[in-house]
Amino acid sequence: MIKVEGLAKAYHVAKRSSGVKEAMKALFKREYKVVEALKDISFTIEPGEIVGYIGPNGAGKSTTIKVMSGILVPDSGSCTVMGYTPWEDRVNYVKHIGVVFGQRSQLWWDVPVIDSFDLLRDIYKVPEQEYQSTLALLTETLELQEIIQMPVRQLSLGQRMRCEIAASLLHSPSVLFLDEPTIGLDAVSKIAVRRFIRTINEQKRVTVILTTHDMNDIEALANRIILIGKGKLLYDGSLSAIRDQFGTKKTMTVVYSHHANPFQVEGVHIESWSPERAVLSVDTSEVVISDVLIRLSQQVELLDVAIETLPIEDMIVQLYKEHQL
Amino acid sequence: MKAYLSVFRLRLTNVMQYRTAALAGVVTQFFWGFIIIMVFEAFYSSSVVSPPISLEQLITYVWLQQAFLAFVMLWFRDNELFELITTGNIAYELCRPSGIYGLWYAKLLAQRLASALLRCLPILGVALLLPEPYRLPLPANPLAFLMFILALLFGLFMMVSLSMLMYISVFVTLSPAGSMLMFAVVGEFLAGMVIPVPLMPEWLQSIVYVLPFRWTADFPFRVYSGHIGLEEAAVGIAIQLIWLTALVGIGRFAMAKALRNVVVNGG
Repeated sequence: MIKVEGLAKAYHVAKRSSGVKEAMKALFKREYKVVEALKDISFTIEPGEIVGYIGPNGAGKSTTIKVMSGILVPDSGSCTVMGYTPWEDRVNYVKHIGVVFGQRSQLWWDVPVIDSFDLLRDIYKVPEQEYQSTLALLTETLELQEIIQMPVRQLSLGQRMRCEIAASLLHSPSVLFLDEPTIGLDAVSKIAVRRFIRTINEQKRVTVILTTHDMNDIEALANRIILIGKGKLLYDGSLSAIRDQFGTKKTMTVVYSHHANPFQVEGVHIESWSPERAVLSVDTSEVVISDVLIRLSQQVELLDVAIETLPIEDMIVQLYKEHQL
Repeated sequence: MKAYLSVFRLRLTNVMQYRTAALAGVVTQFFWGFIIIMVFEAFYSSSVVSPPISLEQLITYVWLQQAFLAFVMLWFRDNELFELITTGNIAYELCRPSGIYGLWYAKLLAQRLASALLRCLPILGVALLLPEPYRLPLPANPLAFLMFILALLFGLFMMVSLSMLMYISVFVTLSPAGSMLMFAVVGEFLAGMVIPVPLMPEWLQSIVYVLPFRWTADFPFRVYSGHIGLEEAAVGIAIQLIWLTALVGIGRFAMAKALRNVVVNGG
C-alpha cells in the first residue's frame, strides 16, 4: 500500500546572531544552516493497518506526512502510495487520500460547516448520492448534527476538529494521514475521535497513519508504531514488543513507618526517598518481586506497597533515551 | 469546472454579507469622485490649450473608476490567500485534486465581482441623475456600451491574473506588504487610476501603452465615453485577450514552479 524507501529531505534555514550589526551583515550575505529533517527513512505499510508514527518534536514526523501526501518534494528517495508517487502525480493521487493537520484548518472560517463540505464535494467530484450517504454516516458517528449548520468561527476546538476529520473523509479515501488529530482536545473529544478512527478502519478498511504525542492515542489505536528521531528511523514494530521490552520494569511505591536513614536493597534502584515514602524501580527480569518485598521488610516496617508497570508514556521516554534523543 | 463554480458561489455569498462595508465604500467613492471632478474642472476652466480629452469624457472616466473600483484596483486583496501562504495552511490546498491556480482565480474573481455588484449599481444610479456638470453621461452609443461591457469583463480577468502574480510572489517573499506595495503603487499609476492616461505626457503614454495595466481600467472607461472609437475598441479587446492568455500562462508556470519549492514548516 505504502512503500517508502531511503527518503531524505533537508531544509535550508537562514540563521543569524542577534543584534543590529549581525542584521546588517545578513543584508548582504545570509548564512544558512542545513537541517536534515529526514535521513534515509524506509518502511512499508499494508492496507488496513493503523500505524502510529511517533517521535519527539522536530523528529521529522510532519515532514514525512507532508512528503507522503504530496505537499513536499523530498531531496532523494522514493515513496509509492497505491502505485502513485505523491509529488509527481499530485492531482490524481490526492483523490485517494485524506489528510488532517491538527494544527491547521481546511474549513472556511465565515460560513457554516456544511458549505465547506459541499465545496469539498465539488472539488473531489463526489457523486451526490454517495456524498449524502457518507455525510450521513460521518454526521452520525462524529455527532455533528448540532454543529454542521454553524459557522466555523463559532465552534469550539473539539467541535472543529471533528468537522475537520469529517471533511477529510467526505471523498471516502483509502488512506488517511492524521497529523496530531487530538492536539488540544479534552478527554471526551479525544475518545470520540479515537473511537471514530477505529470504526472507519474496521468498517471501511481505511489505512491510517497517525502522528501524535499522546501515547494514549497510540495505545488505543495503533498495533504498530514507527519511531523516528533526528530524521532517522529508530524502531518499527509492534507496540507489544515494546511492552515486553519495558514491561519487566516496574515502579514500586512503598510507604513505611518513620525510618531515618536511606536504605539499600539489592537489585533495586531508588528513584526517590523520604523518611516515610520511597519510589523504587525494579526490573523483574533481574529480581523477583517477592524477594524485594522480603528484603524491604527486613529493613523497614512496611505500611503500603503499590506496584505499577511502566506507563506507555514512560516506555517511550525510555526508548527516546536509549536512542539519545 | 464545477469546483471552480462552487468556490465562486461560496465566495460570492460570503462577500455579499458585508452590506455595511459596501455602503461605507459607496459613500467614500462618491466623496472621491466629487473631489477629483472638482479638481479637473478647475484645471480645465483655466486651461489655455485644448485638452486631449473632453471634460465630459473625463467625468465619465472618474465615475466609472469609482463605480468599478473593485474591478480595477490592484490593491484589492484577499488576506485569506496571503494567510494561507504565510501560515502554511496552503498544505490543505495542496491535498486537493484540482489546480490551485484555478481555485484561487475563482476565489479572487468572485470577491471582486461581489464587491463591485454591491457598489456599482448605487454609484451609477446616482451619478446618472446628478446635476451638470457632475452627471455621468450615457454611453456614446449602444455598440460602444456593448464593447465597454466586454472590455470591462476582460479587463477584470486581466486584473485577476495580474493579482495572481502578486499572490504567487508571496511564495518567494513571504511578505504580502512588500509585494502589495510594489504592485499597487506602480500598477495603479500605469493603469491610469491616478492621472487618466490621456492626460499623461506623451513619453509616459508610450510606456503605459506597452504595459498590461491600462487595459484593465483606462481602456474600458474610454470605450464607454467614445474617446476610443469602435474599431479601435475591437482591436483593443483582441489585445486584451492576448495579454490575458500570456498572463495566465505566466501565472500557471510560476505557480507550478513555486509549489515545487514550497516548504511548509512546523506541526
